[in-house]
Amino acid sequence: MATEKPLTQNMRPDRQPLDLPSYERVGGYTALRKALGGMSPAQVTEEVKSSNLRGRGGAGFPTGLKWTFSPTGKDAQRPKYLIANGDEMEPGTFKDRLLLEADPHQLIEGMILAGYATESDVAYVFLRGEYKLAAQRMARAIGEAYASGYLGKNILGSSYSMEMYMHLSAGRYMCGEETGLLNALEGKRANPRAKPPFPPVSGLFGKPTIVNNIETLCNVPHIVNRGAAWFKSLSRTQDAGTKLYGASGKVKRPGLWELPMGTTVREILEEHAGGMQDGVRFRGLLPGGASTDFLTEEHLDVPMDFTAPQKVGSRLGTGTMIVLDDKTCPVGMLWNLEHFFAQESCGWCTPCWSGLGWAERILLALEEGRGEPGDVEKLQFQTWFLAPGNTFCALAPGAAEPLQSGLKYFREDFDRHIREKRCPWR
Amino acid sequence: MLTAEEQKEIEAEFPHYPTREAVCIDAMQIVQRHRGWVSDDALHDIGELLGMSPADLDGVATFYNLIFRKPVGRHVVYLCDSVSCWIMGASRQAQHLAERLGVRLGETTADGRFTVLPIVCLGACDHAPVLMIDNDTHLDVDVEKIDRILEEYK
Repeated sequence: MATEKPLTQNMRPDRQPLDLPSYERVGGYTALRKALGGMSPAQVTEEVKSSNLRGRGGAGFPTGLKWTFSPTGKDAQRPKYLIANGDEMEPGTFKDRLLLEADPHQLIEGMILAGYATESDVAYVFLRGEYKLAAQRMARAIGEAYASGYLGKNILGSSYSMEMYMHLSAGRYMCGEETGLLNALEGKRANPRAKPPFPPVSGLFGKPTIVNNIETLCNVPHIVNRGAAWFKSLSRTQDAGTKLYGASGKVKRPGLWELPMGTTVREILEEHAGGMQDGVRFRGLLPGGASTDFLTEEHLDVPMDFTAPQKVGSRLGTGTMIVLDDKTCPVGMLWNLEHFFAQESCGWCTPCWSGLGWAERILLALEEGRGEPGDVEKLQFQTWFLAPGNTFCALAPGAAEPLQSGLKYFREDFDRHIREKRCPWR
Repeated sequence: MLTAEEQKEIEAEFPHYPTREAVCIDAMQIVQRHRGWVSDDALHDIGELLGMSPADLDGVATFYNLIFRKPVGRHVVYLCDSVSCWIMGASRQAQHLAERLGVRLGETTADGRFTVLPIVCLGACDHAPVLMIDNDTHLDVDVEKIDRILEEYK
C-alpha cells in the first residue's frame, strides 16, 4: 500500500525550496483560506486536538491541548506570541532542517493557522545559528507571504492579523528548551525559567506564548485541510500522523524518511537504512537523539511512537536514531555524549553543571585507561542525582538517559575498561 | 564607533521586538558579520545604542557559541564533534586538519587564513562526518575532501 507523506510529498528531489507559486500549485494556503473563511479559532484548535497531534520536538505533549492553555478573548494579555522552535541542536537530529530548507511555506502556513487558533499577534521563527541556508530560504518565503497578503494586517481580507519575524540564534543547546528559548529571544542568556507559570500563560516578555516544534507546525495545514480522522488514519498505532524518522551511524543508507507513526525500529533500520554496513554488527541505538535511552536487539520490533518505546524504558524523542555498532566503543560513545551535555549545560543549577562534568571526567578516565573500581557505581549515582525533579529543566535528565541505559546494557564493556586499564577498541 | 551600515542593520531589527535589550544578540551578530568578531569597543558601542552596559552584553556574548570575543581568521572552520560524526570517525579528520594547518582546535593559522573550532552537532548526521566553513556546510568529508575544500577558501 502506498503510504501518504503529507509533510514531504511535494518536496523536490534536489531539496530546492518550493517558492510561493509552486507551493500554491500543490494546494498550499488552501487550509488557511478554509480556516479564515469559515472556522473559528476554537474550531481549528478543536480539530488539532481531536487529531491527536503530539509535539515532534521530543516531549510529545498534545499540541491542541497546549493551545487551549493560552488565555483567549478580550481579557487576554496582548500581544500574544507564537514561536516555531527551529533550534534543532539535539545531537543526531536532522529532520527540521529538511522541512525548513525544502518547504518553508508549509511551516509559515502552519504557523499562521496556529497563530489564528491561539489568537496570537506576533510569530517568531527561531532558528539555530548554523542553519544559514534555512534562514535564507525562510526569509525569502516570509517576504513572499507578506507580499501576497498571507501575513500582516487583515490576512486574506479577514479580521485576523499577524506579524512574523525570524531570529537567528547565536548558538547554544539550551535555546531549544522552551523557556531557555524565551530568554534567548529577550536578548538574555538562555537559562531555563521556573515553571509554573508555563509559557502559554506567561511566556515571552511575560505575555502568553505558544512554542511548537517545526515538524509539529508543518502538520497543521494538513490536519485543517483533511481532518482529524484522516490524520489518525495515517498512523499504525494510536499516536496519530506520520513521523520523520532518521538513522545515522554505520548503516548502509543513513537518511531521513517520512513514514507512518508507529513504524518499527526494525523496519526503519533494516528496510530504510539498509541494515548495518558490511563488517560491523548492530549493538544498540538511541532511538530519538542523544538524550534518549538505548534500545538493543531485543527491542527491534518496538513501534516508534510515543507509547511503545516508553514501555521498554526509552522514548521516541526526535525520532532520529543513532546506531551503535560493535566496532565502536560504547564507553567512548557515552563520553562523547556526556561531553556534549556537560559543555552545553547552562550552569544554572548545580546537579547539572556539577554532575555532568563529573560524569564526563569519569568516562574520559575509563577511555584513557585510568578507570578504577567504583567508577561504574559513581556513574550510576550521577544518573540518580540527575533524575527528573532534581533540576530546573530537562537537559540533565536527558543526559542521564543514554548513560543509565548504557550502564545497563554495556556493563561488561565498562568493567573491561577498568580491568584491562585501557579502551579495548583503541 | 559603529559604522552607518552596522547601525542601520541593527535599527532595522528594532520593530521586531518590544525592547531594545532583545535586539542585542542580533546586534552582536551583525557587528561580527562585518568585522569577524566583537571587540570591547564594539561591545561598548552596541551598549550605547541599546541602553545596556558592556558587562551585561558580555554576559550574553560569552554564553553563546557563535559570538566571538577574540579575533578569528578570514575563514572559520567548524568541526562537528558530536555523536554521529564521532562514530563515523570525525576525530581522524580533525587530527588531519590540525596537522595540515599546524593549529590546535581554537587556534588561528599564522597567516590568519583559518580559525578551527569544534562545534556541536550540525544537523546533517546522515552525511557524517560534517564540517562547516563560514556559512557553507560540507557533507561526507574525508581526508582527501578536506584538502580539496580548504583550497576553495583563500
